[in-house]
Amino acid sequence: METAVQKYTFKDFTSDQEVRWCPGCDDYVILRSMQKALPEMGVKREDVVFISGIGCSSRFPYYMNTYGMHSIHGRAPGIASGVKLANPNLSVWVMTGDGDAMAIGGNHFIHVLRRNIDLNIILFNNEIYGLTKGQFSPTSLVGQKTKSSPYGNTQPPFSPGELALGANARFFARIGGNVPKEMSQIFIEAHKFKGTSLVEVLQNCVIFNDGCFSKFTDKTVKADKQIFLEHGKPMIFGKERNKGLILNGLKLEVVTIGENGITQEDLLVHNAKVKDPTLHQMLVRLEYPIATGIIRSFDDVTLEERENALTEEVKANSKFTKTDDLFFSGETYEVK
Amino acid sequence: MNTAKTKQQPEVLEAVVIRFVGDSGDGMQLTGTQFSDTSAMFGNDIATFPNYPSEIRAPQGSLYGVSGFQVHIGSVEVSTPGDNLDLLVAMNPAGLKTNLYAVKSGHTIIVDSDAFTKKNLEKAQYKTNPLEDGSLDNYRVIEVSMTRLTKEALKNVEGLDNKSITRSKNMFSLGMVYWMYDRSIEHTIEFFNKKFKKKPQIIEANTKVLNAGYFYAETLELIPNSYTISPAKMEAGTYRIIMGNTATAWGLLAAAEKSGLELFLGSYPITPATDILHELVKHKHFGVKAFQAEDEIAGITSAIGASFAGDLAITTTSGPGLALKGEALGLAMMIELPLVVVDVQRGGPSTGLPTKTEQSDLLQAMYGRNGESPVIVIAASTPANCFDFAFEAAKLALEHMTPVVLLTDGYIANGSAPWKIKSISEMPEIKNNLVNQITENWHPYNRDEETLARNWAIPGTKGFEHRIGGLEKDSITGNISYEPENHEKMTKIRAEKVERVKNVIPKLKTEFADSGDLLVIGWGGTYGSLHSAVKQLSDNGYKNIGYAHFNYINPLPRNTKEILSKFKKLLFVN
Ligand SMILES: Cc1ncc(C[n+]2csc(CCOP(=O)(O)OP(=O)(O)O)c2C)c(N)n1
Ligand code: SF4
Repeated sequence: METAVQKYTFKDFTSDQEVRWCPGCDDYVILRSMQKALPEMGVKREDVVFISGIGCSSRFPYYMNTYGMHSIHGRAPGIASGVKLANPNLSVWVMTGDGDAMAIGGNHFIHVLRRNIDLNIILFNNEIYGLTKGQFSPTSLVGQKTKSSPYGNTQPPFSPGELALGANARFFARIGGNVPKEMSQIFIEAHKFKGTSLVEVLQNCVIFNDGCFSKFTDKTVKADKQIFLEHGKPMIFGKERNKGLILNGLKLEVVTIGENGITQEDLLVHNAKVKDPTLHQMLVRLEYPIATGIIRSFDDVTLEERENALTEEVKANSKFTKTDDLFFSGETYEVK
Repeated sequence: MNTAKTKQQPEVLEAVVIRFVGDSGDGMQLTGTQFSDTSAMFGNDIATFPNYPSEIRAPQGSLYGVSGFQVHIGSVEVSTPGDNLDLLVAMNPAGLKTNLYAVKSGHTIIVDSDAFTKKNLEKAQYKTNPLEDGSLDNYRVIEVSMTRLTKEALKNVEGLDNKSITRSKNMFSLGMVYWMYDRSIEHTIEFFNKKFKKKPQIIEANTKVLNAGYFYAETLELIPNSYTISPAKMEAGTYRIIMGNTATAWGLLAAAEKSGLELFLGSYPITPATDILHELVKHKHFGVKAFQAEDEIAGITSAIGASFAGDLAITTTSGPGLALKGEALGLAMMIELPLVVVDVQRGGPSTGLPTKTEQSDLLQAMYGRNGESPVIVIAASTPANCFDFAFEAAKLALEHMTPVVLLTDGYIANGSAPWKIKSISEMPEIKNNLVNQITENWHPYNRDEETLARNWAIPGTKGFEHRIGGLEKDSITGNISYEPENHEKMTKIRAEKVERVKNVIPKLKTEFADSGDLLVIGWGGTYGSLHSAVKQLSDNGYKNIGYAHFNYINPLPRNTKEILSKFKKLLFVN
């Protein structure tokens, strides 16, 4: 019954609008990765909806040749939830920044994760407010000098992943802002996941926070400073592929294969699909190496599934099919 | 029991106002509803209003824990729950103290004398017992030892604990009032049988106490005569008693069915709007999607999302909630999507008086947004017409592609009245602006020439992919535009679109007089009070006073100026 989806290329997802981000901004990489990922997902263009809040990142929908709404600051999760609940056939994406999602939109951000509606959230984390020209955000580091913290930021940050797992996020992935191929792949996985998926992109803002992630994301250090996690594969990293993670008591520990009798078999094997988020939390918190890839991908019932099942059940047991049945039911009386 | 005693001819009255008051645990709401339902079925016109404390469990017997239910019944049209009481039933001293002011001098007060204990009098801050100190000399006070008589009546019923026994004393008072106003107790007994199907001893107890009250009043020489109120002249048809909030919910259900769209409600609980949510969540069988969001902002934004995706989208709230929705409402106006915002007004400002009523959000509804942000504003004026205006709000939103704010208030939302049931076939058609066939040069901001409504292309429709947002947009393509001329043009179009709604809404009509010395003007939920005030004047011979009531506020009816200019003086009452 499904009509075959037309074969698209990235051009089909490119709108006629001129892109207006600063030259060199990672937002371009995210845009391009999305335009390249969509043809691989097998969704019809008319079924794709991008909803954003406000911020540099939130200009995203204008550049996509799909349905979209650039809404108000922090509130995209609400709008996207309404779109998805109204029409569960749609592929709905929330494009948001760290300020948009976690400052003004913090409440909506945690609740959308809690409910597990089948949405995809792409969080452009640049640890700064871009559009308003450089104030600290809820992910900015203590001591960071910004326009609104000239002597150094005094507010300790959120870690988006920890916050998300605390809100019971079933899917969480993290990816550098300069690796388009891996990013596209993660977007595809997020799309496939039934439930709310959150992808944190470590997005460089060349203007107000240049290099904020370069100590992990620079091509030269990436292999040694990041571990790219894959479900079912050992937690291994390093240019030489000789470093890995083991559990030592209640802590993750970096070990070197070949030292102290450690072999590859001793390394932890990544399991993204377990319900218990304990190890996922540890991975999210890890400072060296930082964890990228799909850290958690736990299949769970979605809100739409629960709602649909309930609606079917109520329908099957109800004597009402039209409003007249309701209006004339119960205690009525005649006036002659 | 003396059943042989024949009833003397009851005195016939036009209308009476009765208030039942007691502690919040005394069941006064139930007592009042039973009396009003019975009267409605007897054929009276009725208007009711509950009044309950905002504390969930206020200390027993305290002044602020008093719960009341007022019923106005008439053989003539009744348009408000009434002001001055013909009868006050007070189950305790606190109830008497807080409601005595409303009783007409010379009229009747029934009290449960058993409740006038030293402790209760102290709690009600009485220095002396009002039943003894002469302070009630201007009233006809009927002291009944209700608690004791209730216990007596239930002596032989098995399996009742003390609490259930004392709790049923409200039925004693109800029985007395049924006798006084010549009403049958049958309806209430039927109600017990249905409601307590699984608890036969509760049915038995309540029936016994109700009967005991009825017969006690009959035997009691303290009630020398009884009254009756003949049926009112009402349009023939099938009726039910409906509360304003239920009527609002049902009007929205009817609109969804009539328009062929699914209903989406995004809402966050707030008094007194919550009952609309409570009602709509029940109706999953009609495909209603009711979403309890994390706050008012998510309530309205989820509705905006649902509207974008093609549902009939609603958000319901009250004063402070509307304040939070302001920014998103501006977005809905800007992206020109249909949306119904129901604001059940309450006393403000800020958290104000949550369970009390005030018609206080007019300016917020009209102007509570940044920039020039016109939306349609309409107001219901009675519990029953909440149905019609909820339906109308949905119709206007869908046909004109704009948010509509529907104002009701705690007074009509919680009040109840007879509603002549409207079948879906009697409701007007609802058109929509959905598009499904691509035309040459299609743009999301293409407009209907007559209404200026833009077309509604929903995700999932091939060929109509487009982006909308809160930024100013080019008047044709919908692309972002900051051009001053374009902004001016768009501002005017958005205003004109709402203005043109004038062409489809009914003309303003006056009541009592269509020209003369004075025109009294009101809007929304004050209809009942203002209408009866002007009626009184008119009945007393003032034939040059008219009354104009506004249900359509933005835009105003097209003949407003013409009507107002026919009177020498205008008196706007709010
Ligand atoms: C209600 C409201 N408050 C404040 C703003 C101003 N504002 C716009 S974007 C923004 C911060 C955006 O930061 P972030 O989400 O990190 O996005 P980025 O621009 O860095 O991509 C702020 C404070 C607004 N548009 N609306
Ligand atoms: S300000 Fe920063 S985040 Fe915004 S477009 Fe420029 S580089 Fe990108």
